[in-house]
Amino acid sequence: MGVSVNEAVSTDPVRDHPPPARRRGGRGRSALEVALLTVLAIVMLFPVLWMIETSIKENRDVYAIPAKFFNFQFTMDHFKDVFVGAGGGRSALSVSFLNSVVVAGVSTVLATVLGVPAAWAYSRFAVKAKKDQLFFILSTRFMPPVVVVIPIFLMYRQVGLIDTELGLILIYAAFNLPFTIWMMKGFVDEVPAEYEDAAMLDGYTRLQAFRRFTLPLLVPGIAATAVFALIFSWNEFVFAIFLTSSDDVRTAPPAIAGLIGGTTVDWGLVAASSVVFALPVLVFAYLVRKHLVAGVTLGAVRR
Amino acid sequence: MAGIEVTALHKRYPDGTVAVDHVDLSIGDGELFVMLGPSGCGKTTTLRAIAGLARQTTGDIRIGDTLVNDLPPAERDIAMVFQFYALYPHLRTRDNLAFPLRAEGLPKAEVRERVEEAARLMRLGPLLDRRPRRLSGGEQQRVALARALVRRPRAFLMDEPLTNLDAELRADMRTEIKHLQGELGTTMVYVTHDQVEAMSLGHRIAILNKGRVEQIGTPLEVYDRPATLFCAAFIGSPPMNLIEVEVADGKLRGKGGLVLTPPPGLPRDRDLVAGVRPEALEVTEPGAERSVPARVASVEWLGDEIIYVVDHGGERDVRVRMPPTGRFAADAPVGLRHTGGTPAVYDVKTEELVA
Repeated sequence: MGVSVNEAVSTDPVRDHPPPARRRGGRGRSALEVALLTVLAIVMLFPVLWMIETSIKENRDVYAIPAKFFNFQFTMDHFKDVFVGAGGGRSALSVSFLNSVVVAGVSTVLATVLGVPAAWAYSRFAVKAKKDQLFFILSTRFMPPVVVVIPIFLMYRQVGLIDTELGLILIYAAFNLPFTIWMMKGFVDEVPAEYEDAAMLDGYTRLQAFRRFTLPLLVPGIAATAVFALIFSWNEFVFAIFLTSSDDVRTAPPAIAGLIGGTTVDWGLVAASSVVFALPVLVFAYLVRKHLVAGVTLGAVRR
Repeated sequence: MAGIEVTALHKRYPDGTVAVDHVDLSIGDGELFVMLGPSGCGKTTTLRAIAGLARQTTGDIRIGDTLVNDLPPAERDIAMVFQFYALYPHLRTRDNLAFPLRAEGLPKAEVRERVEEAARLMRLGPLLDRRPRRLSGGEQQRVALARALVRRPRAFLMDEPLTNLDAELRADMRTEIKHLQGELGTTMVYVTHDQVEAMSLGHRIAILNKGRVEQIGTPLEVYDRPATLFCAAFIGSPPMNLIEVEVADGKLRGKGGLVLTPPPGLPRDRDLVAGVRPEALEVTEPGAERSVPARVASVEWLGDEIIYVVDHGGERDVRVRMPPTGRFAADAPVGLRHTGGTPAVYDVKTEELVA
């Protein structure tokens, strides 16, 4: 194989040749891989598919035995029921979805706004007992929500935060903050401190330097961290069910769970509300997927 | 332009680490002053304190006649070049250069003029419209230098600016920096852990260790008469041979039988160590005049010279630098002879030069 002089001394970055495809097992092997992966995908995705299917079936098809996979009656009534109440007007479910949006959104913003500067400070400055402080911060995440929910409940009752959106926002932000600080610290460590030094020599204060030079470079990391925080707050169930009770305040997870029980279960409605509940996080994660992957790998690889 | 005075600098971090114990420096106007030392010796912290990026715990820093202790970095009228270049990634070369000037609020015409001048000086013409990501390491460092130049500061601070470049480029840039500093005549404080860089660049060198200054002197002074045992073991590649000696019959005698001429004014009743440069020793045929019997422990052929590690019955093996002509094999019986002048002699306890 000859390499031309131009190629050999080319100053262009070497174009990555795709690695040779694995050929050892030949075509049979790749067919087997595809088959296995297909089976795996069906097994993994079946509950999701079933949920989507149930949400668009007429009620009698939902309960049909044997189950109807394809020849069911299509309807959007369940989705209508999610948002529109029995007597017209807004349904209780739609209120709880709105609550979820507010609680998850605000708590994520709060955790990020507090966590990013904290991570920056821990990354940049010599702080007394830095490792111990960071460990303490992380240790608040060691206990699962179920363990701490009773004391939190008692405290909340004292200060009147029971059954309020503010209460949920605060507890979610508090739960997300350690995670945000730790994950963001990794990202801040990756951004050379010299940018800020240089900016300070150019006449900016430390905070301006952070805002103008470090912060823009942290955007992928912030996006990744915020998505994780958002997913936690959005999906959180234990705190929500213990700390809230009224329909006006309840978030979607306990509200959907509340649909199950009683004498009859409207599975179509349960499925439809689950689909509505799953969509925002999927869509959001899809929108920021570039940042998400870049962010997660960036943070993982040490210099 | 201005000189820099550092008086009794001390820097202690909140976590208790003392980065700089006690440093006094007096850097002349227009001087290229190098701070040299192993990592963690306090050289970078000292530089950052001069820049205003780290506040010293105690001590004074003067740039020119101004006491700058409480001035923020931007008001100290200095420019700094970093190890990681620190070019703003979202700006083209042209804007990177113009950035500090725009921050100062200079009129557009002058900004353009100064950027062009700096670009010409550092030969950046074709790179002006590229972003840092599309520049090689050497190009980035040239841009970083140019960004320091455009401000026409009173002093340049260089924090290991060549460490991230490969060897060949490093030598080129070294020449370029030295040339530039000579041309502009601006005071420059240059921090490095590379002694070759320090020796070739510095008008004067300060050797730092554990937050203290071990020696300040011209490259020759530092090489010929290291002020402490630390300097003796740090400077030179290979460094000085440290040979424990006793004074007897007006001579310095090492354990292996080496006899050296004592410098005048040696104190009595102290344990002494003589520092002998590898080139002040010679490997000879066994039994040659004034030589002691020895054995070659190992040989390093470096092309332009040979380093012999020689066992002559002393406490430790000595290293001898020889031209690549006469060749002795490993394990060969040889003679070892001192050919230099009077060696530097150190007190074992205080670790300082006594004569």
